Amino acid sequence: MDFPIFHLDFFGNRVLFGVVAILHVLINHSMAVGAVPLIATMEWWGRRTGDAQWDRLAYRILFVCFIITTTVGALSGVGIWLTASLVNPNAITTLIRIFFWGWFFEWIIFVIEVCLIMAYFLTWNGWGRRHKVAHIVMGYALAFFSWITMVVIVAILSFMMDIGTWAEQPSLLTGVLNPIYIPQLAFRTPVAMVSAGIMAMFLVYFFTERRSEFYRRAVRFTSVWTLAWALPALGGAFWYWQVIPDWAVRHIPVALGTQAFERWHATLVNIILAAVIAAAFVALWGLARPKWLPRVVLIVPFVLAMALLGYFERVREFIRKPYAVANLVYSNGLRPDDYALLQEEGVLAHATYVPMRTIIPENRLEAGRHMFLIACTRCHTTTGVNGVVAKLTNLYGSNPWEHPIVLNYLKTMHNSRPFMPPAPGTDEELSALADYLLSLQTNPARMVGAQTGGVRTPPVASPGAAMPVALQP
Amino acid sequence: MINEIPVPKDVLLPFPTDGVLLQALIVVLFLAHILFVNLMLGGVLMTVACEILGLRRPNFDTLAHEIARTVTVNKSLAVVLGVGPLLAINVLYTIYFYSANALTGTAWIMIVPLVATAFLVTYLHKYSWEYLARFKALHIAIGLLSAALFLCVPFIFLANINLMLFPNRWTEVRGFLSTLLLPNVLPRFLHFLLACLAVTALFLVAYLTRPSYPVEQVFPGWDRATIRRGFYSVAFFATAAQFVAGPLLFFTLPAAGMSWLLVAVIAVGVLLALWALLWMWREISSDDQRIGRRFVGVAAVLSLVVLCMGYGRHLYRETAIDPHRRLTLQKAADYRVAAAAAHWRQVAGVQVEKLPLGELVYNQVCAACHMSGRVLVGPSLEEIAEIYAGNPDGIIKWTNAPGRKRMNLPPMAAQPLGDKKLRAVAEYMLRVGAGLPAESEAGSQPASPDSSIPAESPASAPAA
Repeated sequence: MDFPIFHLDFFGNRVLFGVVAILHVLINHSMAVGAVPLIATMEWWGRRTGDAQWDRLAYRILFVCFIITTTVGALSGVGIWLTASLVNPNAITTLIRIFFWGWFFEWIIFVIEVCLIMAYFLTWNGWGRRHKVAHIVMGYALAFFSWITMVVIVAILSFMMDIGTWAEQPSLLTGVLNPIYIPQLAFRTPVAMVSAGIMAMFLVYFFTERRSEFYRRAVRFTSVWTLAWALPALGGAFWYWQVIPDWAVRHIPVALGTQAFERWHATLVNIILAAVIAAAFVALWGLARPKWLPRVVLIVPFVLAMALLGYFERVREFIRKPYAVANLVYSNGLRPDDYALLQEEGVLAHATYVPMRTIIPENRLEAGRHMFLIACTRCHTTTGVNGVVAKLTNLYGSNPWEHPIVLNYLKTMHNSRPFMPPAPGTDEELSALADYLLSLQTNPARMVGAQTGGVRTPPVASPGAAMPVALQP
Repeated sequence: MINEIPVPKDVLLPFPTDGVLLQALIVVLFLAHILFVNLMLGGVLMTVACEILGLRRPNFDTLAHEIARTVTVNKSLAVVLGVGPLLAINVLYTIYFYSANALTGTAWIMIVPLVATAFLVTYLHKYSWEYLARFKALHIAIGLLSAALFLCVPFIFLANINLMLFPNRWTEVRGFLSTLLLPNVLPRFLHFLLACLAVTALFLVAYLTRPSYPVEQVFPGWDRATIRRGFYSVAFFATAAQFVAGPLLFFTLPAAGMSWLLVAVIAVGVLLALWALLWMWREISSDDQRIGRRFVGVAAVLSLVVLCMGYGRHLYRETAIDPHRRLTLQKAADYRVAAAAAHWRQVAGVQVEKLPLGELVYNQVCAACHMSGRVLVGPSLEEIAEIYAGNPDGIIKWTNAPGRKRMNLPPMAAQPLGDKKLRAVAEYMLRVGAGLPAESEAGSQPASPDSSIPAESPASAPAA
C-alpha cells in the first residue's frame, strides 16, 4: 500500500523469491556451514595418516566450495534481501527493525568469515603447508564463524513463524528467544553437516581415480561423516516438528502437495521417507562395501538431498501462511491491525499509488484491478503460476462466473482456506474486486507491475491545492 | 493533468537505535564498501588494459595477472562490506529506498545474476591465465566480458540512490532505463569511474612495491620507481579529470538537496583534493630514490577528501528528503491513531445479528462451495442431506479427511474445524438440505464482521 508494487505476472513473486532463497540455502548448508568442518577434518586426517591424497582431496573440495560460495552463495544471500524488498517490503522492514542489531552482528561475522575463507584457501599451498597445524585450526575457526551466521539467521527465521512473547514485550531479546529457535537450529546444524557429506561424496566422484584404493577410503570417509550426523539430524527434526504451531501444521498437506494433491500428503510423506532411506542406504553402502559402489550412484543421494532440502524450504515457507511474520504481517503485506480501518475507510483511501480514492461506475474495473494488485499479487498472478483465473475456473467451471458467488468467496476464503489472509477493504471495494476477477474470465489481461508500468497517484483536485509548496517540482 | 506527489505513510515501527548513530554508520560503512568496490572495478579495468598492452610487452601481461590476483580478494570484501550500509539505508530511508527499488525492480533484481556472473567470469579469467596463454584473444575476451558486466552494475545502484531522493519523479518514471536519464545519474557514474581508477592506481603504487615483493624478479627491466611512477601517473590523471567530472556532478545536482553547508563541505574536499594532486605531481617528478616518500601523506589527504565527499552526499540526501519525510511521518502518526481507533470500534463491536453456530459456520466456510438447489463447486445441500440423512457423523468424518468420489468436480479441501463446529454445521446442513427450517440453538455466536472460524487460527485474534 505504501510502496510501488513490483509484480511478475508469469512466474509470480513467490517463485522469484523461492528460487533465490532456496539456491542460497542449498549452498550455505552444503558448501559453507557443513562443508568447512568436513574439509578441516579431512585436512587433519591427512596430517594424521601422513597420506597426502587426503590433503589434495580436501583442497579440491574447498576450491569448489570457495568458488561457489563467494559468487553465487554470496549474491543469493544478498539476493534474498533484494528480492524481499521487492516482493514484501512491509515484511522485510518489520524484521529489519526488530532484528537490526542481530543482523548487524551477523554482518560482522560475515566479514570475518569472508576474510577467513580467503585466507584458508589462498594459504593452503604456501604458508599453510609450512604451518599445517595452524592452518587446520584456521579451518575450524572458519567453521565456527560459518556456524555462527546460521545461529543468528535461524533466530530471525523462527521468529517469522512464532513470535513468542514479542507482542507483549517488544525487544530484540524476546524476538530471539522465540519457541522455534533452538529446535530449528538443532535441526539445521546436523542437516547442513549431512548435506555437506553428501555433496563431498558427490565430489569424490570427480576428484579421485576410478577403482583406486583411495577412492574407496574417500567414499568411506564421507559416508561416516554423513551417517554420524544423520542421527542428530533426525533428532533435531523431531524436536523442530514438536514446536511448529498447530495452525501451521494444518497447512502441511497443501504445502506438500498443493490443493490438487492434498489428499496425497500421506503418500508424499512416504516418498520423502523413501528418499531419505535411499540416501542413507548409499551412505551405508559406501561405508561397508565401497569397492562395489559404482561411482555414478554417488550422484543419486546428492540430487535427492538437494531436492529434499529445497522441498523442505518450500513447505516451511508455505505453512507459515497467511503470515509473512506471524501475527504481525500477513503474506499480502498488510498488518492484522490495519484491517479494521481498511474495512471502515477503504484500501483506496489509504493506498498511495492508486488513481482513485472512491469508486464510481466509470472506474469500477480499474479500482478492482488496483485492489487485486494491492491485496493479492504478493502470492497470486492473473494467468501465471498460482494464477487466480485457473483457481476460479477450477472452482466454478467455464460457465460465466457469478458476482455474488465470487464476492462471497472473497469474504470467506480465509475460513475455508486458512492459509489465505482475509481480503481487506470495504464491501464496495471487494465488490469491485469481484467485478475485476469476473472480467478476467473473458479478458485475462496480464497484470503489469510498477517496475515496467510505473505508478499513478490521484489527480490533484485543484492546482496547488493538495501539493505542499516544498514539494512542487 | 497533474497527479499528487506520492506521500506514503512512514514505517510504523520505531528506529531500532538512535538516528544519529544510524547516520554515522551509514556514512562510514558506505565509504568502506565503496573503497573495495573501487578496488574491484578499477582492478578489473586495469587488468584488461594491461593484458592488452601485454600483447606487445610481456611485463604488462604479468602486471595484468598480478592485478587480477587482487581483484578476487577485493571483490569478496566489496560485497560483504555492502551489507552494513544496506542495513543502514533500509532503516533510515525505508520508504525512499524500497520505492526506488520497486520502480527499478527488473534491474534491481538483475544485480544478483549480473554480479554473480561477473564474479564467476573473473575467476575464470584469473584461473585460466596459464591454460589459455596461447589463446590470448579468447582470454582477453573473457576479461572484457568481466569488465563489461562490472561496468553495468553501478548504473543500477546509481539509478536507485538517485531516484530515492526525488519522490516528485516517482510517478514519471517507467522502468529502469527512464530512471537512468534523471539528473544526475550519468555524471555520478563518471565521477565514480574516475575514482575507481584513481583509488586502484594508488593502491597498486603501494601494493606492488611493498618491501617483501620481488619487483625486479617479477618484472624484468622494471624497478620500484617504474611501477610507482606509472601508477601515480594514472592516479594523477584520473584525479585531475575529477576536476571536470566533479563540477559536472555538482552543478547538475537538482536543487532540492542543495545547502550552504554542503557547498562548504565540498569546497573543503576540493581544496584537499588539489593538495593531494599537487603531492602526486611532486611524487611523479621525484627522482627514483625518493618516489614513494609522500605516499602515506597522499593517501591520508585523499582519505580526508573521500570523507568530505561521503559526508557531503549524506547532507545532500538529508536535505532533499527532509520536507517529504516530515509529511510521511505525520501521515504515519495520523494513521496509527486512526487504525487503533478503528480497531477498538471493531472490538467493542456492534453486534449486527446473533446467528446460530451451525448457520454461522456454514456461511463462513461451506457456502463458498455448497449451496441449495444446485452444484456450485461441490454437491448441493439437498444431495448432501440425502447421502448423509440421519448421519451427521458421516459429514464430520468426510470433512476432516475428504475422499474423492466425483472426478468431474475439484477435490474438497479438508476443514478440520473441531467437533463442536463440525457437528453444528452438519446438523444445519442436514436440516436445510431436507427443507426443514433452521432452528436456533444454545451457544449462538455474534456475526461480527471479522470473525474467523478455524480453531486457534491466529487471524481470529488481532493483537491489541
